[in-house]
Amino acid sequence: MTEAEVYSNLTSVFREVFDDDTLQLTPETTADDVDGWDSAAHVSLVVAAEMRFGLRFRTAELESLHNVGEFAQLIQSKLEAR
Amino acid sequence: MEQLAWLPAHPDLAVAITAARREADPSAALVKAVRLAGYRRDFTATGRIDKLAARALSEGAEPAAAGLMPYRLAILASHTVDHLAPGIRVAGLARRLALSVHVAPYGQYRQALLGHDPELEAFQPQMVLLALDARDAPLNLPLEASEEAVAEAVRGRVEELRTLWRRARQRFAAQVVQQTLVAADPPVFGSFEGLVAASPTAIVERLNVAIRAAAREEGVLLLDLAWVAARHGQGIGLADPVRWHQAKQLVSHVLAPFYGDLVARIAGAAAGLSRKCLVLDLDNTLWGGVIGDDGIEGIKLGQGSATGEAFLSFQRYAALLGKRGVILAVCSKNDLAVAEAAFTNHPEMALRRADIACFVANWTDKASNLRHIAKTLNIGLDSLVFVDDNPAERDIIRRELPEVGVPELPEDVAGYAERVADAGYFETVSFTADDAARGRAYALNEERRAALEQASDMDGYLRGLGMVMTARSIGAGDLPRATQLINKTNQFNLTTRRYTEAAVEELATNPEALALSVRLSDKFGDNGLISVILARPDPALPRGELLIDTWLMSCRVLGRQVEQATLGVLIEEARRRGIEALVGEYRPSGRNSMVAEHYARLGFTPCASPEGAQPDALFWRLEIGTATVPAHFIQVETSIEQAVMS
Repeated sequence: MTEAEVYSNLTSVFREVFDDDTLQLTPETTADDVDGWDSAAHVSLVVAAEMRFGLRFRTAELESLHNVGEFAQLIQSKLEAR
Repeated sequence: MEQLAWLPAHPDLAVAITAARREADPSAALVKAVRLAGYRRDFTATGRIDKLAARALSEGAEPAAAGLMPYRLAILASHTVDHLAPGIRVAGLARRLALSVHVAPYGQYRQALLGHDPELEAFQPQMVLLALDARDAPLNLPLEASEEAVAEAVRGRVEELRTLWRRARQRFAAQVVQQTLVAADPPVFGSFEGLVAASPTAIVERLNVAIRAAAREEGVLLLDLAWVAARHGQGIGLADPVRWHQAKQLVSHVLAPFYGDLVARIAGAAAGLSRKCLVLDLDNTLWGGVIGDDGIEGIKLGQGSATGEAFLSFQRYAALLGKRGVILAVCSKNDLAVAEAAFTNHPEMALRRADIACFVANWTDKASNLRHIAKTLNIGLDSLVFVDDNPAERDIIRRELPEVGVPELPEDVAGYAERVADAGYFETVSFTADDAARGRAYALNEERRAALEQASDMDGYLRGLGMVMTARSIGAGDLPRATQLINKTNQFNLTTRRYTEAAVEELATNPEALALSVRLSDKFGDNGLISVILARPDPALPRGELLIDTWLMSCRVLGRQVEQATLGVLIEEARRRGIEALVGEYRPSGRNSMVAEHYARLGFTPCASPEGAQPDALFWRLEIGTATVPAHFIQVETSIEQAVMS
C-alpha cells in the first residue's frame, strides 16, 4: 500500500468515526485539531483502523501516537513488515 | 464469528447512511435510521446511525411515529461502557425501542445505588443493568484457601449484589439486569484449575452459579455474558487484554453491535416487544428436497444421512421453542394434503402436526399467507419470525412486510438453529407453566374453530363450549404469569401500562385497589390465566370511584364473552365495596385499536379526562347503581379477598 493509499484509507476511517465527510487529514493533524477526538474516540479510531487495515497494534505502540503522521507511519511499517 | 449475521447485508451501508443524513425532515430521518439499523453493521456504521437517530430525535421526531417505544436504561458498570451505548441504542431501533441510555460514572455503581446520584434519580431508569467484571472486587483468597472459605466469600459477594438489586428496585421500581462475569485472566493451573477451589477461574465460575441462583430468587434478569463467551469464545472482542490495559474495556468496540443487541433484546422483552411465533417453510427448511416431487420416501430427514440429521436437528430445536411457548406455524408453497401427510406419515419427523398452531400450505404468495397466519392467531405481524431457506422469498417478505422478522440463513442447514438462536427474537423475561402449555392451547383453538364451523349459530356454539371463568385476587401463585401478561400483551390492552412484579404485588396488597387474575376453561381444556384487571382509586378522581388502570386479555380467548363476564365480576365487587362508579381509560398505543370501543361496548358512557391524564387518553364511566351485567354464556367463579393493611 502506498503512502497515499494509507492516507486515503485513514481519512475514510476518521470520517466514519467522526461522522464527518469533510474531514481532511495532514501528517501534522493532532487530537486538538479534530472536534471530538478525545481519549474515548481515540480507542474507536485505533479499533476502526485495525479493522480497515487488517492488523493489530501493540499496547506499547498505542502509547506513542501523537499525530496523524505517526499513525500513518506506524500503519505503513506494520503493513510492510508482513 | 460474524456479528449480527441474521440481519441482511446492505449493498453499501456507508453510502446509504450518508444519504439519510441529508434528510431534512426529522421524522423521515428517524424512520430511515430505524430501517438502516436493521442491516448488518460494524461499530462505525452503528455509531453513524446512532448520530442520525439522535439528531432526528433532538430535532423533534416522535418515537411513536416511527413505531418506537421509549424506554430508559441505566448502566452501572465496573469497566468502561460509554462506547457501548450507541450499539445498544441502534439495536433498540431495530427492535422497535427508542432507548435512552444513562451511563453512571465508571466504577461508581455502589455509590450510585447506595448513596446519592442525582443524575440517575432524575433519569428514572426503567431498567438498571449492573455490568460487572471478574476483576472488580476480587475475593482475594490465597490459592490454598479451603472449599468452605471460598463458599463463604462467594456468599458474601452475592449478598452484596442482592443488596444493590433491592436498592435499585426500591428506588426506581426498575427491572434489574445482572451481567455475569467473564473470566478475564487465563488459568494458572491449566486443566487442573477447576479442582482448586480458590483458583481464579473456579471462583468466577462459582460466582456466576451463585449469581444466577440469587437472580432467580430476586426476580432479577441476566445478561449472561459468561455463556456468550463460552459459546463464541473471547477472541471476538471480549476481555481483550489490549483494550483492558488501554481503556478498561471488557467489551471492545469490535463486539459493540452484538453486545448492544444482547442488551436491547432484554429491554425489548421487558417492554413486551419480543416476537411470539416462528413461521417455518417446509421444503429445504424442515427437510431436504421437495415433498411434492420427491415424495415421503425421497425427502432427506433423519438418521442415515448427514443432511437428514441436520434437518432433524433443526426440527428438534423448533420443537423445543414450541415447548417453551413460542407458537409454531407453517407457511409453504405446497399442496396442503401432501404437506400434512409428511407430518403424519414420515417416521422421523420431530415436529408433529399437532405442534403447528396454524398450517398454511397453498400456492398463494407468502406475504398474503403470513397476514393470514397473524390474523388467525390473533397476533400482530410484528410478532412473527419467518424462516425460509429461499433468499428470494426472504427478500420479498422483508419488502412487503417489514414488520416480520426474517433472519438471513447460512447456506448450510446445520447452522439454522444457531442462527435463529443468535437472532434473539424470542428473548423472554419469564417462563411459566402457562408457556409450556401454550402450544397445546393453540392446538385446542383449532378444535374450537372446527366446533364453531359445525355449530349453526354463535350463541349455540358459545353455550356448547361449557365455559367456566375463575376470577380471583392476584396472589403469589399467579403473580409471575400476571406480570408476564401485563408486559407482553399489546392488542387487547386498554392502557399498555407495564409493571414489574414488585409493582403488581404492591397493588395486589393494597386494600383500596383491586387486582384480578382471570382464567378460562371449557370442554376442550384449560386456557390458563388469560386476563388481568388492575383497578385503584386515583387522586384525580372523587373518593368512591375506581380507575381501571389496566385491563388486558390474551387474544387467544377473543370473542368468548370473557369481557362481559369480567365486567359482571367488577360490578359485583364494586357493589360489595360501596364503590359508586368505575372509570375506564383507553390509551392508544398504535397497536391496541381493537379495544378502542371496549368500554362503549360494555355500556360505559364517555366522560371528561381527569386532571393529569395523558392527552390522547379517552375516559369512560359506569355508574354502579344503575349498571347491568351484559349477557354471556360463562359460568363464573369468584374468589376475591380484599387485602388487609398490614
